[in-house]
Amino acid sequence: MARRKFEAIGSTADIAFLLLCYFLMTTTMGEQTGLQRRLPPIPDSQQAQDQQVNRRNIIIVRINSADKLFAGSDAMDISLLKDKIKEFLTNPTNSPSLPEKEPKEIEGKTYMVSKGVISLQNDRGTSYQAYLAVQNELVKAVNELRDEFARANFGKKFSRLSEEEQDIVKKAVPQNISEAEPKEVKKR
Amino acid sequence: MSKFGSSSNKKEVPQASSNSLSDIVFMLLFFFMVTTQMRETENKVLVKLPEASEVAKLERKDLSANINIGTPMRQYQALYGTDARIQLNDSFKTIADIRDFIASERDAMSEAERSLMTVSLRVDQDVRMGIVSDVKQELRRCSALKIMYSARKPGGGK
Repeated sequence: MARRKFEAIGSTADIAFLLLCYFLMTTTMGEQTGLQRRLPPIPDSQQAQDQQVNRRNIIIVRINSADKLFAGSDAMDISLLKDKIKEFLTNPTNSPSLPEKEPKEIEGKTYMVSKGVISLQNDRGTSYQAYLAVQNELVKAVNELRDEFARANFGKKFSRLSEEEQDIVKKAVPQNISEAEPKEVKKR
Repeated sequence: MSKFGSSSNKKEVPQASSNSLSDIVFMLLFFFMVTTQMRETENKVLVKLPEASEVAKLERKDLSANINIGTPMRQYQALYGTDARIQLNDSFKTIADIRDFIASERDAMSEAERSLMTVSLRVDQDVRMGIVSDVKQELRRCSALKIMYSARKPGGGK
């Protein structure tokens, strides 16, 4: 009679296994990934428009309705954009046409922080795919700069740093990407 | 099964009980049943997310509001056309409805967590930026400033 008992338990295990397989197959561990951004708040009045940024501190990245990319004044392939942005943000030769740097004290130490701002403009006809690809390149450039900075100052990759150290790096290499106001967006 | 080295061993090795097996399987089963989430809202627009290599994970999924933008699914095309449309919750909406949507999403959250709300823009890769700009502008007006451009990792399925 012991044998009969085992058979009964065996079948529950089988049923449970079947159910388990079903859930294993259908489960998606609902994971959402993406590029996080902060939109600028609506300016209260005209005072915000008076904030003039020095011309050398701004690079205009434009994507036109045919998904062609312009960085600064010249047309550019997307594969070259990252290096252009990195050069713009680091200004290794202290060239007067690239953004100025100012010493900034963060947590007791002084770092040279670039004042560069990337202004991203698009047309109404730009495809979302092209827009996001450019956004991705910009984020990649900043991430690589943060990695380099972290290696130079802490000897570790950015992702390996503690939270406080990451905050320092984030302040020293800010992600200044401004998404254009719609009045600058050309109507079709 | 227990008679491997039977001749020398007097003591019989006790048979492994398979009773606990079903318990373990049931436990796994419950784990998956609890963690599985069936999609609550039906997708009415076709969204194929673009790829981006620098994506970051959204930490608090419960604090996100989804805005889907894309072309309507085939069965809705007769009614809504093939132009890109906005889907909020379960139905097609216009830009003007975003304000109410954001307000109701905010109400559903606790006071302390409202500032952490992220609006996740799930936009099809072929959509033109015009409609996305309009949505972004409306979000700024509602001061829902934390946004996320949903994208998938290159090479990943889905």
